[in-house]
Amino acid sequence: MSKKTPSALPLRYAIIIGAVGGLGALVFAVAGGLGQSSVTAQDFVNLQEGGNPHLGFRRAHAKGFCVAGEFVSNGSLQPYSIAPQFTATSTPFVGRISIAGGNPTAPDLNAPVRSLALSFGEGSSRWLTAMNTPPVMAVGTPEAFYQQIQALSPDPETGERNPERISAFFAAHPETQTFRNWQAGYTPSSSFASEIYHSINAFYLINENGDRQAVRWAAMPTVSNGETLDAANANALQDEFFARVEAQPVAFDLTFTFANDSDDETNPTVLWPSTRRNMIAGQIVVHQAMPESEGNCNEINFDPLVLPKGMAATADPILRARSAAYAESYRRRAREHFLNSSLQPSPQKESENNQ
Amino acid sequence: MSQPTTYSLSARIMHWGMAFLLFSMLFAGLAMVQSLQPWHLTLLGLHKSFGVIALIAVIVRLVIRLRTTTPALPDSIPALQKRIAHASHWLLYAAMFAMPLSGYFMQNAAGRPVAVFDLFTLPAIMPVSLPLYGFFREVHALVAWALIALVLVHIAAALHHGLVKRDGVLQSMTGRKK
Ligand code: HEM
Ligand code: HEM
Repeated sequence: MSKKTPSALPLRYAIIIGAVGGLGALVFAVAGGLGQSSVTAQDFVNLQEGGNPHLGFRRAHAKGFCVAGEFVSNGSLQPYSIAPQFTATSTPFVGRISIAGGNPTAPDLNAPVRSLALSFGEGSSRWLTAMNTPPVMAVGTPEAFYQQIQALSPDPETGERNPERISAFFAAHPETQTFRNWQAGYTPSSSFASEIYHSINAFYLINENGDRQAVRWAAMPTVSNGETLDAANANALQDEFFARVEAQPVAFDLTFTFANDSDDETNPTVLWPSTRRNMIAGQIVVHQAMPESEGNCNEINFDPLVLPKGMAATADPILRARSAAYAESYRRRAREHFLNSSLQPSPQKESENNQ
Repeated sequence: MSQPTTYSLSARIMHWGMAFLLFSMLFAGLAMVQSLQPWHLTLLGLHKSFGVIALIAVIVRLVIRLRTTTPALPDSIPALQKRIAHASHWLLYAAMFAMPLSGYFMQNAAGRPVAVFDLFTLPAIMPVSLPLYGFFREVHALVAWALIALVLVHIAAALHHGLVKRDGVLQSMTGRKK
């Protein structure tokens, strides 16, 4: 290479500064949200924390306890999915029963939504599911869901919910109607054991020929309501469930609903007609319940996009949004547990539960 | 045998291939952890699969580095600066190992399978643990920023050699016209 006179030295420095500075600026811009849509995973989890994070806890469904048991499959789903869970066998699971909301000491009976999350299988056959009591979402996109939470949150100034804001939100989102109809007709049961827990989002079952079948599932109770609960007890539902499992296992039928070509599996706000084919895949049998501090469900991030071979995610925007938001909440609580090893996974249950 | 003036062809291929791969990984990582969009799932899968490839690549690269003779820095460079240059190269290697390893370990600690292009699933070699996940997740983010800083300084130094000093150091990695 020929040597040139250094007359162009300032230009050469400018090239270096421009190249390195430009690259650095691009990295910062991407890290700062360049190219992201209006609501990010961090925005979502910030909103769920509401400026008042409960350190070490899930930013949603903060209050809950661990369960363990087995999924006893009857084999009926085998023609539709190669997932080993669906062969006629029994697969142990670890799960978590929780109530919606970010407050780990909230009274059980005030929660509008109750949940059951399960984790079964290992390696490429690991399957995680987080199910809620409503059969549908009120809205179909993460952006609209963000607005919904904003609209339903208490006004920071008055501490009260703002009915005008709520009705304005629902008026702007007619797709919420199915959810509101369900809400109007729903009576919370007096036990976690007698609720229905829905996948809400749809997924694909995939068989050995590669055929895809869109499904939703629900854990259907096999018992009816227990006695009336002590409304003054903040842990009324937990206590009832611990006592119940102590006496005998609690079973749910894991029921799959098959979509038709006319159903839109990417829209979680719409119910599929009741004439759709239903199949019971087997029973979820809960043998044990324990506080989070004694179980091993707290370290699990029940990300519903962890699916075994033989199942796949639909393009439902709500379903796809869940992974990154769950990961952000998981990251925050894991960091808090790493930095402060004395953090309790959950408020210690009174010893009476372990009788 | 006298010392060569350029890196071996295999070393140069690994250098530019990994430069491209690591930039893609960094941008993918930074974007995906924020995104609630449907492509998140796809990008996350690619990030993990290519991350495992990056781990294999850096092992191969280290072997090549240790088994070939590298060009010496020109005598015009002061000894202290040479030492800094070498230290920065070993820091880059450390970061190139720490990135994929922390990614792999954090997935282990989360109990999540690491599938490589749906072909095979890596074994879990760390216990499932919340504080352990917290540690490796933060290491993954902190080392990413350290890697970005190192790479920017590295690029600035390389361009300084190539454009200002013109001492052949940049050409030792770009290759020379014969
Ligand atoms: C865009 C929509 C949604 C967002 C942003 C969201 C966000 C979250 C977050 C941040 C967590 C805490 C995760 C952790 O730290 O481990 C969580 C937990 C949970 N979510 Fe969602 N969620 C969404 C939709 C849904 C839907 C549709 C369902 C039900 C079908 C659901 C059911 C649950 C359950 C059951 C848990 C608790 C799991 C456990 O016990 O650990 N979520 N959600
Ligand atoms: C050279 C290799 C790699 C580079 C440069 C890299 C880079 C990154 C970066 C920059 C982030 C975003 C961090 C943040 O903003 O907090 C990230 C996130 C992530 N990386 Fe990597 N990574 C690499 C390898 C891997 C590997 C091998 C795995 C797993 C097998 C992995 C799994 C992940 C996961 C799961 C996340 C998201 C964590 C979350 O959602 O909270 N990475 N990566």
